[in-house]
Amino acid sequence: MTLVELMPFSVLVPLIAAPLCALLPGRILPWLLALASAIASTVIAALVLPQAIDGPLSYAFGNWPPPIGIEYRVDSANAFVALLVSGLAVLATLWGRKSVNEELDQPQGVFYSLFLLALAGLMGITLTGDAFNVFVFLEISSLSTYALIAHGPDRRALLASFRYLIMGTVGATFFLIGVGFLYIMTGTLNMADLAERLPEVADTRTVHVALAFIIVGMGLKLAMLPLHLWLPNAYTYAPNFISVFIAGTATKVALYVMIRMIYTVFGADYSYAVLPLTAVFLALALAGMFIGAWTAIFQANLKRMLAWSSISQVGYMLLGLALGTVAGLTATFLHLFNHALIKAALFMAVGTVAWRVGSVRIEAFRGLGRQMPWTMTAFALAGLSIIGIPTTAGFISKWYLILAAMDAGQPWLVALIVISSLMAVVYVWRVIEAAWFQSRPADAETVREAPLSLLVPLWLMVGLNFWFGLDTRLPVAGATAAAEALFGPTGVTP
Amino acid sequence: MREHGILRIVARLLIPLIMLFGLYIQFHGDYSPGGGFQAGVVFASAWILFVLIYGLDDALKVIPERAMFVLMLLGVLLYAAVGIAGVLLGGHFLNFYPLLPGKHAAQQFGIITVELGVGVTVATVMMLIFTQFARRRQLLAEVNEEVD
Repeated sequence: MTLVELMPFSVLVPLIAAPLCALLPGRILPWLLALASAIASTVIAALVLPQAIDGPLSYAFGNWPPPIGIEYRVDSANAFVALLVSGLAVLATLWGRKSVNEELDQPQGVFYSLFLLALAGLMGITLTGDAFNVFVFLEISSLSTYALIAHGPDRRALLASFRYLIMGTVGATFFLIGVGFLYIMTGTLNMADLAERLPEVADTRTVHVALAFIIVGMGLKLAMLPLHLWLPNAYTYAPNFISVFIAGTATKVALYVMIRMIYTVFGADYSYAVLPLTAVFLALALAGMFIGAWTAIFQANLKRMLAWSSISQVGYMLLGLALGTVAGLTATFLHLFNHALIKAALFMAVGTVAWRVGSVRIEAFRGLGRQMPWTMTAFALAGLSIIGIPTTAGFISKWYLILAAMDAGQPWLVALIVISSLMAVVYVWRVIEAAWFQSRPADAETVREAPLSLLVPLWLMVGLNFWFGLDTRLPVAGATAAAEALFGPTGVTP
Repeated sequence: MREHGILRIVARLLIPLIMLFGLYIQFHGDYSPGGGFQAGVVFASAWILFVLIYGLDDALKVIPERAMFVLMLLGVLLYAAVGIAGVLLGGHFLNFYPLLPGKHAAQQFGIITVELGVGVTVATVMMLIFTQFARRRQLLAEVNEEVD
């Protein structure tokens, strides 16, 4: 079996393991199967990445040659995102067992089955080279995510899930309308084929509208500022394991789809000329950075604080995209990778406290620094990464973003990036202050440090933040290759 | 609605016909309009009619909920198994040609088996969704008792 033939199995393994998982009894077996499938998926994605950087791999399902059949087409951009998604799934699953046991009494076969479906959906969106197939996998991952969020221990999880369902469905429908318009005009759904056929019809209103619909649809999924309202509640009330997983992956994959449609299908020159994307993305990115960080400062619920911080971080990624240069896109991909590591680490730390203390409100963190030193130190270190202190992963992506802004001749953006990073200092500091500089309330019971099965994955995640802050070869090479692959010759010229 | 004679007699006549029609759509899906999804829905509608007339308890004696759940997953696994068989016999995922010697026979066998998986899953999912809604009052009563 060659590597190309192995490649689709990073989607198929979790997809096929999902129904098997639902049949397994008890708690430990479903978890083991989920972990094993996530690891298999990661190994395949890791094997594919170096090959994909050399040149795109193409796999035709059922041996139906593209553009008739469904094609998986993997270049460095999606191989990079696929490795991130699957790798994060492994670490989240490692961490998640105790947390899920705490939150769910019943047998967990169906829960982990839904998780595997969400993973398969996200991997499928990433690897496929077919625009309609993106929609199918988008629905697979979204529907399973709605169900997973509804598993949250709080009853408000149901409402959060329902709201996400409504908004997410609107987003997916917009995307589908856009793809439908493209199909009407070109008669094809294959992305590479679309890119070839679009120039002929590029100047029609239908294609302009298609681009707008696709950008708004994906903007909803990735929580671009005015379309972000589903996100805070979804992240807050989801089970902690699911918060860790979707905070690191779901919005990133939506962003990848948006970039893929803009750059590969429509072509960057065309997209940025037809729609005022630079102005729109710039305005929304800055608004997101500041409103997200500002709102995060005032949240008493730390999961909600991290959710708002995610909206702010999505702003940085959009900012790179708004610049419309190779350097900007590199920064976007870098931050996509690094933010996934940071936010997963932060959600794991908060989830670990929730497991021990039973609350994620800031009052519950008072004086915890002495009682759970390892957990709170991990939170503080991951916090440094989200602020962007040198030697952390967060610094690397902000550094590249600043370089890209300077490069694009917009030095005033540098000041704004630094100011919004300082706002991150405020919301991280609130937690550190509560944990170390306030004493434990007298009536609060003494808690012990969390067990190793939670601490080891958490510290692994924090370690990765520092590893990729010091040894930047993998993310920078991956992000550069991704950006260069997208700026490749497949673009449409107006 | 068991006490309504007309409804009961009509349903008794219709249910087997609806099921037969479902199977017809299922097994003609490879060369005429139809296929697993439509067949599954039609087949499940026969069972739903049975529930409406005879009540959920009797219907669950015909097919218990756990059996529906397992069949729902087995349908997906049947689909996946056909796909994997294509890979094991040297083709790509969901390639039907390596399954049987003749080209047409292989395609027909592949598509019929895949559609059977779809049909089983769609039918049981429809039945499960209906069961969940039908049991809602009963579940609510149980929750309220716990609250009291």
